[in-house]
Amino acid sequence: MANTLNMAELELRAINSTLQEAAKAQANDTFEIDNPRGSHALACGLDGPLSVTINGSTGYYCAGMNQDAAVTVKGSAGPGVAENMMSGVVTIEGDASQYAGATGRGGLLNIKGNASSRCGISMKGIDIVVHGSIGHMSAFMGQKGNLVVLGDAGDALGDSLYEARLFVRGTVKSLGADCVEKEMRPEHLEFLADILTKAEADAKPEEFKRYGSARSLYNFDIDNADAY
Amino acid sequence: MCGIVGLFLKKDELRPRLGDLLTDMLITMTDRGPDSAGIAIYGDTVEGLTKVTIQSDTPEVDFDGLDTALSDALDVPVALKAISTHAVLTLPEGKEAAAIAALEGKGLRIMGSGQSMEIFKEVGLPKDVAERFALRDMGGSHGIGHTRMATESAVTTLGAHPFSTADDQCLVHNGSLSNHNQMRRKLAKKGVMTRTENDTEVGAAYISSRIADGASLGEALEGTLEDLDGFFTFVTGTKDGFGVVRDPVACKPAVMAETEDYVAFASEYRAFADLPGIEAAKVWEPEPATVYFWER
Repeated sequence: MANTLNMAELELRAINSTLQEAAKAQANDTFEIDNPRGSHALACGLDGPLSVTINGSTGYYCAGMNQDAAVTVKGSAGPGVAENMMSGVVTIEGDASQYAGATGRGGLLNIKGNASSRCGISMKGIDIVVHGSIGHMSAFMGQKGNLVVLGDAGDALGDSLYEARLFVRGTVKSLGADCVEKEMRPEHLEFLADILTKAEADAKPEEFKRYGSARSLYNFDIDNADAY
Repeated sequence: MCGIVGLFLKKDELRPRLGDLLTDMLITMTDRGPDSAGIAIYGDTVEGLTKVTIQSDTPEVDFDGLDTALSDALDVPVALKAISTHAVLTLPEGKEAAAIAALEGKGLRIMGSGQSMEIFKEVGLPKDVAERFALRDMGGSHGIGHTRMATESAVTTLGAHPFSTADDQCLVHNGSLSNHNQMRRKLAKKGVMTRTENDTEVGAAYISSRIADGASLGEALEGTLEDLDGFFTFVTGTKDGFGVVRDPVACKPAVMAETEDYVAFASEYRAFADLPGIEAAKVWEPEPATVYFWER
């Protein structure tokens, strides 16, 4: 049975402390949070096995630095959801605002709605699945990990990309500097089949196109001066 | 940082509650802007009459007998409603320019004018500003509010938002404009004058000037994307509605909610938490470089 924490009665800091202690206890507890009302920094810094369901929408920096925990937002999430996530699963049932999953190092960020600009900016190993569309400058300077988008991508996708892999099913408004379409090889289709199942996404691997770095900006070249 | 809130009612039933709902939204945005707060509220209009909202640091002296003095000077009936440091003067339509000149001559600050719009803004915490002007008791069809964290100009009454540069038009802004001095000079050459050193006032004057040249509200807002440089999420109010536009980079937050009863705007979802029916509302983030507006 889930423990219920009501934000109409408890301070944010008390709720986060309770969750963080439960994470440390490694007991795989289940929590529900009522009345989040767009609060900032909810369910942050959880570093153990724990299941948290937030019944409503959240504000800035929900589930930041997540490690091992499973956090579900039954609403929309504000800017910076799952920022610097290390592992575990963060699920957003609605939309996510800008820079979702920024600098994430691992785990799965599963966004059932749309994500806005800068989704996966500077991603470093996280897997992000967006069931809807993403905004401009997504995966900017992405270093590692996978961004899978069932809908469309906005302007400048993958600008100044390192080795993150980008998969988009719909249209891409424009590619950023040094981001190019690449061939889909068997290992990519295999990866997509696996992650789409994990994310409960209704799409087939062969419907996607893959984008990645052309690697021409890795080292300074005077001919590329305009692109830097 | 700054916080913005806006509420446009689609049905008349909520009109008496407009000020109450907007006040809660405004106070929720306090930590985005604790320096000053302001609200533009679009209330009832009376055919043939117009309103001028003024401010004074010494209202007990300046507002005493002002209606009679102005009435004598302009030779028209003038009514005065004093609310804390502000007063709303009501006079026949067509006399507002002469009234504004006379009021400025007396050293009074003009907050705005129009058939429907009244503007109340002051330095201080949003809850104190709301209480000072009894914003909760105000009804109307739509309104926009702002909580300010000053960056581009001093923390003063005139530096607070909303800015009004034409009848029934006002603008609130989260961000900072980088070409406002150049634009201020361009507008001045056309005869469009601003009252402060503030960047947002230039944005407001730009929009008013485009509308005066014949552009629609939508076209004027489109123009901001071409002609204004810097960061902005703008919400603009007119007699009949309100509009929203974000710069193409869109790093200043914005969220909107719509039900059968209203369209709401805020910098953060938190500001919507107490709106009636918000659980079932359509909630979305306005796209960058895209103009949205609602008119009745």
